Amino acid sequence: MNVIQEIDYAAVAPVLVVALAAVGLLLAGAFELGAKWLGWLTALALSAGLVAVFTLIPGEARRTFCVPETLRGDGPASCSYVVDQFTLLFQGIVLAAAVVVVLMSLADLEAADIPAGEYYFLLLCAVTGAMTLVAARDLVLLFVSLETLSLPVFALVALKRYDGRATEAAVKLFLVSVVSAAVLLFGVSLVYGTTGAMHFDRISAASVEGPLEAVLTAGIVMVVAGFAFKVAAVPFHFWAPDVYQGAPVPVAAFLSVVSKAGGFAGIALVVALAFPAQDHVWGPLLAVLAAVTMTVGNVMALRQTQAVRLLAWSSVAQSGYMLAPLAVGAGDIAQGIAATAGYLAFYAVMNLGAFAVVHRFAASSEENLLADYRGLARRNPLSGFSLAFFLVCLAGLPPGVMGLVAKVLVFKAVVTGPVLWLAAVMAVNVVIGLYYYLVWAVRLFAPGTGPMLPAGLPYRLALGVTGVGAVVLSVVPQLLLQAVFPTG
Amino acid sequence: MSTLIHLLWLPLVAAVLPYLVPAGARLDPVGFGRVASGFILAMALVQVAAFDYAEPERMQQSMNVAWIPAIGVRFHLGVDGISLPLIVLTTLLTFLCFLYLGRRETPDAKLLTALLFVLEVGMIGTFLALDLVLFFVFFEIVLIPMYAVIAIWGGEKRRHAAYKFILYTLLGSAVLLAGLMLLGVSAGTFDMVALSERQGFDIARGVQIAAFAFIGLGLAVKAPMWPLHTWLPDAHTEAPTVGSVLLAGVLLKMGTYGLVRIAVPALPEGAEFWAPWLGCLAVVGIVYGSLACLAQTDLKRLIAYSSIGHMGFVLLGIATLTATGINAALFGNIAHGLITGLLFFLAGSIKERYGTGDLAGIGGGMLAKAPHLAGVLAFAAVASLGLPGLAGFWGEMLALVGAYQPGAGLPRETFVTYMAVAAVGAVLTAAYFLRLLGKITHGRSGTGAAVADVHPVEWASWVPLIILVVLVGLWPKVLLALTDGPVRALIGAGS
Repeated sequence: MNVIQEIDYAAVAPVLVVALAAVGLLLAGAFELGAKWLGWLTALALSAGLVAVFTLIPGEARRTFCVPETLRGDGPASCSYVVDQFTLLFQGIVLAAAVVVVLMSLADLEAADIPAGEYYFLLLCAVTGAMTLVAARDLVLLFVSLETLSLPVFALVALKRYDGRATEAAVKLFLVSVVSAAVLLFGVSLVYGTTGAMHFDRISAASVEGPLEAVLTAGIVMVVAGFAFKVAAVPFHFWAPDVYQGAPVPVAAFLSVVSKAGGFAGIALVVALAFPAQDHVWGPLLAVLAAVTMTVGNVMALRQTQAVRLLAWSSVAQSGYMLAPLAVGAGDIAQGIAATAGYLAFYAVMNLGAFAVVHRFAASSEENLLADYRGLARRNPLSGFSLAFFLVCLAGLPPGVMGLVAKVLVFKAVVTGPVLWLAAVMAVNVVIGLYYYLVWAVRLFAPGTGPMLPAGLPYRLALGVTGVGAVVLSVVPQLLLQAVFPTG
Repeated sequence: MSTLIHLLWLPLVAAVLPYLVPAGARLDPVGFGRVASGFILAMALVQVAAFDYAEPERMQQSMNVAWIPAIGVRFHLGVDGISLPLIVLTTLLTFLCFLYLGRRETPDAKLLTALLFVLEVGMIGTFLALDLVLFFVFFEIVLIPMYAVIAIWGGEKRRHAAYKFILYTLLGSAVLLAGLMLLGVSAGTFDMVALSERQGFDIARGVQIAAFAFIGLGLAVKAPMWPLHTWLPDAHTEAPTVGSVLLAGVLLKMGTYGLVRIAVPALPEGAEFWAPWLGCLAVVGIVYGSLACLAQTDLKRLIAYSSIGHMGFVLLGIATLTATGINAALFGNIAHGLITGLLFFLAGSIKERYGTGDLAGIGGGMLAKAPHLAGVLAFAAVASLGLPGLAGFWGEMLALVGAYQPGAGLPRETFVTYMAVAAVGAVLTAAYFLRLLGKITHGRSGTGAAVADVHPVEWASWVPLIILVVLVGLWPKVLLALTDGPVRALIGAGS
């Protein structure tokens, strides 16, 4: 029996590049290469991964790590690692976002007492996990890559060892992640017990009847709940504000975009590929999660006085919008996933942009209070106007057409499905969200005194990438959406 | 290649240009604004000249290119007999605002110029857009500039008023977006021309009712319809003169225009279901606006409440779902834009001279002190109360005629009742404007201070409006001939 199989190295190339770079950077750090060099090398490695992703786009979908024909029986091919448009889109988002996070980190690491080699090693490990997660097509690989994404993040949060808040945040994140991993794993075992399969295509082909159906239902709910922790969906959200605030700001940005992308990819893959027949279970579940998440996130964001906490709650609320299209059920799930992916991609650009400015602000204002942002646009016109634009984008109001198009995507997907009420909930939430984003944006132009922002090349680059991205995508949203809706 | 696109990029460039001039070169932003907005008005008049009046119902100068093909959104523009007058009104009022601004020093004039031009892009775009998403984008563009105009150059309670304005309209927008998506997704297209041609045949009745409710609610906030109007008096009172003029003159029309252009033709069953309710709220708005006016002590607030009444007539016209009623609504739109624009200019000038907008503070005897100013005010007031022969008359009269014979499927008794009540409201309008004139133009002068009469620049920005009010009043066919064809096409009555 031949169990040795060919590995399609082209398919795994982007992940390999990043994983090898991670090891290389750990070594380089051990040999005391300067923090600045390590940072630029990390950015380079991530860019190389991005190039590898782009070279894969024109080709057909690639599958590897499949069940060998001799073991397959009558079942489907069951490949564990699949590179299709979905995978590439999410890998692209993850890598591009990670580049911006590295640019944000560059300034920090020179000044602060953080070991740079370890920092970038952990960051790249987490990115490797996220990239594998979005390509995973069986529950084991999905779980392993999710842990690869999560574990390094606790350490990243805790790297500011001298800061008590960071340690507290790390412990909180650790406990929540462990619990969510346990829940997810238990769900996976229930699914395996009832369907006898780990591969998505085999799970969806299995027919579960009788009393076992209830067990499978429980399994699905637990799997979804496990991912809900990752995307900070209410009621699994309570860790987010404290962790965001305690962690270094670039790590908070990482959590809010890269980790979240992993979580959404996981939910989308599981519900669409593994459990299409059980949409009566996860459809309403996701709809309620989405409604509660956006409402709680927005209402809590209204009361915040600290910039990072506000972004944390707003990112909880944004998770709600991104969950909404997935609630449409198996019939329209393709459109739903496209809407979520599109929203996530737009969200990545505008949220990272906002985080870049807020991070820079933290360098000169420890507390990072919203009140200190008064007059920023007068003192630092470029940063102030950029932040205002990102906020308007997040609010989804022209001239931030990008954010508006994102909202259109979600509304469009939601009204097709059986969850029309969700559109009404969303409409109310959009208004609440607009309020706090707008209040912040207006504050930037009000007369007032506050700290000046230090300049610096990495900051300019981070702001430039996100700012130009936001403007271009506001004029030609199609640039990004053609990747989301490949068939047009 | 369509020439309509010039109406959009010109103001956009004009908004940015003052910021690109090097610091050394002194550029008077308002002077630049006058020239640029005059040029844009000229471009709009070119559209008037190039318009094919034989076919006002056809979308002319169409431009239709893919914008976001992934979700089927197109950059689709066009002008027909309904949008043409609104385009002219928009560009004219913007130009007159710049003329008016130039009289005296304005703080932060560069920013104000930029905001007014961005506002113009949004207003023109709303009337040109023929794609639901594109319409929504333009509809939203006006929010932030108008918010900033109120919040920066407004009166004492400007912040409160600005927040109220933006929160109300944002709530409306979010609901509107949900409704537009529901309509677009159930019809399978975002194209407004296709939607009105298909008359909603393949959309289920329940969906039509829901979509009309969403869209109607969203647009009604902007119109504004009673009881969603409460943002309007505050916003108008606190806004600077040019803000009030554009708000009343153009922004309110975007709501009623959307109803006529999108909701009524694309969702006929939904419209039929909601029309009696719409009519009811419109009539309540007419009476409420008039009664509220009688109680006002502030000039701008009074004009703001009168707007609620007049827009009530416009909404009543739409609610009848007849060609007569909708023509009346479109006529009322333009008439209200001209007259109320003029009234807010006057209110601004009066407030400037007396230092207060309070009726008691202004006192009487303006006819003796500043006879021309008082004369123009009297003219605008009688135009607003609907004196036959002036623009205000036709919109209201035709709306009442429409209500007397509402569309098939609507309860006639109900609408005849509406007509009767609305007619009472029209009489009340006369009462409060006559009270206004009695209080400030006539009577004994309260204070002894001299009051400057109309300044040449003020004449320049008011005379075009006065001429148009008379012209449209004496010769209503000039507008009705334009709108009648497209209206009949929209409601499928055939011409």
